[in-house]
Amino acid sequence: MCHDARVGFDQYHEPPDELPSETRTFARLCASLTEEAEAIGWYEQRLAIESDREARAVMRDALGEEFKHFSMDLEFLLRRSPLWRQIAQGILFREGDIVEHGEESEEQAVEGAAAEGAAVSGSASLGIGSLKGATP
Amino acid sequence: MSHLLRGHAPITEEGWSLLDAEARERLTPALAARRLVDFSGPHGWKHSAANLGRVRELAGTPVEGVLAARRRVLELVEARAPFSLSRAELRDADRGAGDVDLEALDAAARRIATAENRAVFHGWREAGIDGVADASAHEAIALGEDCQRYPRHVAGAVAMLLDVGVGGPYGLALGPDVYTRVLQTAEHGGYPLLNHLREIVEGPLVWAPGVQGAVVLSQRGGDFALEVGEDLSLGYASHDADTVQLYIEESFTFQVLTPEAAVALSL
Repeated sequence: MCHDARVGFDQYHEPPDELPSETRTFARLCASLTEEAEAIGWYEQRLAIESDREARAVMRDALGEEFKHFSMDLEFLLRRSPLWRQIAQGILFREGDIVEHGEESEEQAVEGAAAEGAAVSGSASLGIGSLKGATP
Repeated sequence: MSHLLRGHAPITEEGWSLLDAEARERLTPALAARRLVDFSGPHGWKHSAANLGRVRELAGTPVEGVLAARRRVLELVEARAPFSLSRAELRDADRGAGDVDLEALDAAARRIATAENRAVFHGWREAGIDGVADASAHEAIALGEDCQRYPRHVAGAVAMLLDVGVGGPYGLALGPDVYTRVLQTAEHGGYPLLNHLREIVEGPLVWAPGVQGAVVLSQRGGDFALEVGEDLSLGYASHDADTVQLYIEESFTFQVLTPEAAVALSL
């Protein structure tokens, strides 16, 4: 059987051979994050129409897994992208107007990075940051 | 180009990826303090000081009838661990060698992680940093040689924290010697000591190179603040025909905000 050589690599928008390994890893986790978000949406829809109590319990448990996977993917990506992390810190887990927080956070983070002469799209740091809650 | 001058190094992009990945892999398990204290940053290389929110009154002012006070800040310290790599080894890595000798990088990673841990837990006088153990408002508990008594000592530390209203969960930083002893010990009935200690503190147990003895500290947040300017990064210093001189660098400072929130367990 003949396989399309690109099957399984459609998370890349540039030739994978030309991408640094860190960028490929980053892209894989971005794809994983998308898949987890889709799964969360699907389970929410299934739960909305399922009447069997036992089936609902199973799906609710599965939904919890997707929440966990999504959060782990997100944390990984934020650790590898300090600017993204900084913007997210101004938005996540805060009361109030989400859009307002987003605009303020983006402005502060991007202006701050530019003022420090840092590349907005990335950083030369190893991106380790906080390890609270990280697996040893 | 940033001050790290990576673009001047005779190292390919793949080579830098290899070195960054190796450094990250070696640093992450050793950075114990970052698992146990609040982290602020990275605020960038130009960030020079942490705000203390305090002032020092000035006795003299240029004009009569004007009052003045000078802001007090905690300056960040730049910590750098230099190391040297063989250019031949880096060329081998570009050819796909899987056993490149990066021992010097690994040792530098261990040194700077140990320095960060030591500064956080035992202080760094020259950098103006008071450590968690040394700043503790509680009398240190002597661990002793008998591992079977460790649960009693750790529970005693937790009781001391509760007694002054410092809630949990708590974390436990274990110096390498103590950590090894704990791993090797099973209590009567074969229950691993590590698990028992984890149940007592209800939080993480962390292998902490640079820590002497152990430290129990609250994990509720707001008690200990590690402020980072430039987070750990690899930079370039110089090279000759055979070697390239690199370094791992960060800028940081640390404050104990609640001296009552930790208890030292001394050897």
